[in-house]
Amino acid sequence: MGFVWFWIVAVMIAAYVVLDGFDLGVGILSPFLARSDNDRRTLIRSIGPVWDGNEVWLLAGGGTLYFAFPLLYASSFSGFYLPLMIVLWLLIMRGASIELRMHIDHNVWRSFFDGLFFVASALLTIFFGAALANVIRGVPLGQDSYFFLPLWTNWRVGANPGILDWYTVIGGVVALVALATHGALWIVLKAPGQLEDRARRAVTALWIALLLITLISLPATIAVRPSALANYRAYPILFVIPALVVATLVGILSFTKQNKPLAAFLSSCLYLVFMLVGAAAGLYPTLLPSSTDPARDITIAGALAGPHSLHVGLIWWSIGLVLALAYFIASYWLFRGKVTADAGYGH
Amino acid sequence: MNALLLDRIHFAFTVTYHYLFPQLTMGLALLMVIMKLIALRSGDERWNQAARFWAKIFAINFLLGVVTGIPMEFQFGTNWSEFARRTGGVIGQPLAMEGVFAFFLESTFLGLFLFGEKRLSKLAHFGAATMVFVGSWISGFFIIVTDAWMQHPVAQRLLPNGTYEVASFWKFMLNPWAWLQYAHNMCGAVVTASFVVAATGAFYLLEKSHQEFGRLFLKTGVIAGLISCVVQIFPTGDFHGRYVARYQPAAIAGMEGLFRSQKGAPVVLIGQPDENAQTIDNPLAVNDVLSFILYGTTHAEVKGLDAFPRDQWPTALPLLYYSYHIMAGLGTWFVLLMLVAAFLLWRGKLYNARWMLWPILLSFPLPYVANTAGWMTAEIGRQPWLVYGLIRTSEGYSPHVSAGNALFTLLGFLGMYSVLSILWIVLVYRFIRTGPAAAAVAIPAEPQPATLTTV
Ligand code: HDD
Ligand code: HEM
Ligand code: HEM
Repeated sequence: MGFVWFWIVAVMIAAYVVLDGFDLGVGILSPFLARSDNDRRTLIRSIGPVWDGNEVWLLAGGGTLYFAFPLLYASSFSGFYLPLMIVLWLLIMRGASIELRMHIDHNVWRSFFDGLFFVASALLTIFFGAALANVIRGVPLGQDSYFFLPLWTNWRVGANPGILDWYTVIGGVVALVALATHGALWIVLKAPGQLEDRARRAVTALWIALLLITLISLPATIAVRPSALANYRAYPILFVIPALVVATLVGILSFTKQNKPLAAFLSSCLYLVFMLVGAAAGLYPTLLPSSTDPARDITIAGALAGPHSLHVGLIWWSIGLVLALAYFIASYWLFRGKVTADAGYGH
Repeated sequence: MNALLLDRIHFAFTVTYHYLFPQLTMGLALLMVIMKLIALRSGDERWNQAARFWAKIFAINFLLGVVTGIPMEFQFGTNWSEFARRTGGVIGQPLAMEGVFAFFLESTFLGLFLFGEKRLSKLAHFGAATMVFVGSWISGFFIIVTDAWMQHPVAQRLLPNGTYEVASFWKFMLNPWAWLQYAHNMCGAVVTASFVVAATGAFYLLEKSHQEFGRLFLKTGVIAGLISCVVQIFPTGDFHGRYVARYQPAAIAGMEGLFRSQKGAPVVLIGQPDENAQTIDNPLAVNDVLSFILYGTTHAEVKGLDAFPRDQWPTALPLLYYSYHIMAGLGTWFVLLMLVAAFLLWRGKLYNARWMLWPILLSFPLPYVANTAGWMTAEIGRQPWLVYGLIRTSEGYSPHVSAGNALFTLLGFLGMYSVLSILWIVLVYRFIRTGPAAAAVAIPAEPQPATLTTV
């Protein structure tokens, strides 16, 4: 049961990263790619009908985590109190900026929400990346399985770390570059004309950064958390995952060069998935490692909810997921193709 | 202020604010389905236009419901971690199910409903509206199941590690408290939506603009309002109250301000509770009625607060008493108002009765007050328990989140939500000013994806 629910939660989080990832990426890139109000409008429209559904993966994933691993939810959410609250505020700002900018036809109003859209998307991405890096690095879990982390201490990873230290900042940058690339590929798919061309050029530039930062993050992770390799040593087959990460990276660039935007975008989806799967495989069966004493790690066995709940959960979760997939396919199908910004309606 | 108190205020503030939006969207979702149905049956295009107009107001409220709802789900972990740890195996279930079954459904079909009108057939578009309605009402259901378990825990089992899990899924979902509460609460959402629709109609008639729609809205609002207001009191409020009396007698005593147990207990209509002297000042009371309402006979004994040890009294007694009286008082006002309005409507005089249009217009905020007061009644009445009889509120909060941090984020939410309130008022007012006629032309020939709130 623990194994199954671990991967269910991991899949839901991965789905969130892949789907909301391009929404965030579009936000990060918007000031750089959009030159006119029409461009900005096109960018917002490319995610307009889907961003809320994408965000639901975060809620459903969070709810599932709460349900399957209550101790992990309680410990991590109260321990990461401040960054989580900031994330919540940023989510509010991002949602408002996407939805409210079109309502009043006034350039100050619009500029305000455009700025907010960029800032909120970029900071959210950095925080998400840093959060993941915190989980990999470990936190100072107490005897009672709780902890509380300040936003920063001395930027070192030692026994008394903050949310932000050199390692988690790298995590934030990985996320920023990866999602910017992801967003650029989405724009290539969805936007017409010059916007598409600019996005394609951005992919090439971002790709180099992505390659570099990916290569930096791997040894950094091993340095910070040598035990991350234990599972890989025990099951060498797992080394397929980093190989796939590299393969998808190559795919992003070569499909873009061959003018196959869908394939390039899908490579980027898989890149994100394999990065996350790689991290999850390194952690398993730990959910939240302790930075002080491995005996205090929060593990699957220690955090798992009761057997009956989980058993019933498997039934409704499977039904729910099939339904959710059906909705997603229907809605992406309905809104397929390029978007345009026909001026004149929308307010 | 200590961390516990701040965590309570934190939660109370954010959830009260959140619920301002779903109460309208859940009610409006039903009214929009009815409008679409009438349009489908009668072929009268005005009803489609009306549905399109309300869809815009729905969308903006939906957005605010979404952005303020996300913090709710995370706060169980951030501010109430001990509660989350011990009860996650129970209430994590409906919360996860809400995400999987309700939010996906709602967000997808809202997109179809808002942008698909030209691309979908009439019937399919009606179907999309229905799915939005179903999604929002399922969402309400799961959250009520969660709350009902905290009010009246059933079907749980204590595990060796001190946490709870669901022992029987169906018993948990079929918790009678949940169904009673659901009926009363959803009906309250329809009250809010009806009053907003009716008030908009009254506004148009008073200012003599969009008069055709003014009449349409007024009629819809008054009919739906009358039905929902009556059902709100009987049977839903009445049944819910009896159930509370059975399982949370201390809460009822506090709600009614009944300090001493007595036979033929009175209903206090107005009066101020004095906790120290244990009396009601300036009471205006009707004897025997409370016994009758709760137990069906005027002689039944109703337990007063003196029947319970002091440490089981609801903590914020006066607030509980006032919340309940505000809810019930407003409920009475709603029925009176809607009865008169419906009578005038039936006689064909309502549209010109300015003396009646004014109170209808001015009453639109009151269902929000009543719904909030109702929730305050339920939540404060449950005190000092977090899960009734199982976990005390003082055991549930996050032990390592300091008061300073809780205050910091509470202030952050206060600031953020103040800004949201201003945006909300400005935008809804603009929609109402623009009026429903504009909704006729705003549908582009080839629907282009926009965002959820702009069509
Ligand atoms: C338009 C809103 C509205 C109106 C007019 C009323 N209510 Fe209500 N009431 C609610 C909206 C509401 C609510 C917000 O929906 C509550 C809060 C929790 C819940 O499930 O429903 C609620 C709770 C609630 C409770 C449960 C308290 C608890 O759980 O401890 C009782 C006993 C009543 N109501 C009874 C009444 C009576 C007798 C009313 C009429 C005279 C009445 N309500 C009018
Ligand atoms: C619109 C709906 C709601 C309103 C207005 C509301 C209001 C409140 C209020 C006023 C309090 C503070 C009580 C006190 O400290 O004396 C409170 C506490 C709380 N409520 Fe609710 N509530 C609502 C719905 C819910 C739901 C649906 C849940 C559960 C799923 C819930 C769970 C809690 C929790 C965990 C607390 C904190 C612990 C406590 O103080 O009891 N509430 N709520
Ligand atoms: C602790 C209490 C609550 C939690 C954790 C919570 C959680 C949430 C979340 C996460 C969303 C956003 C969903 C999305 O992205 O689509 C949301 C919206 C919504 N919530 Fe709440 N909520 C709470 C209280 C309530 C109550 C008391 C009700 C009604 C009975 C309610 C009904 C809704 C509805 C219908 C929506 C859909 C959006 C809307 O119509 O505004 N919620 N809620």
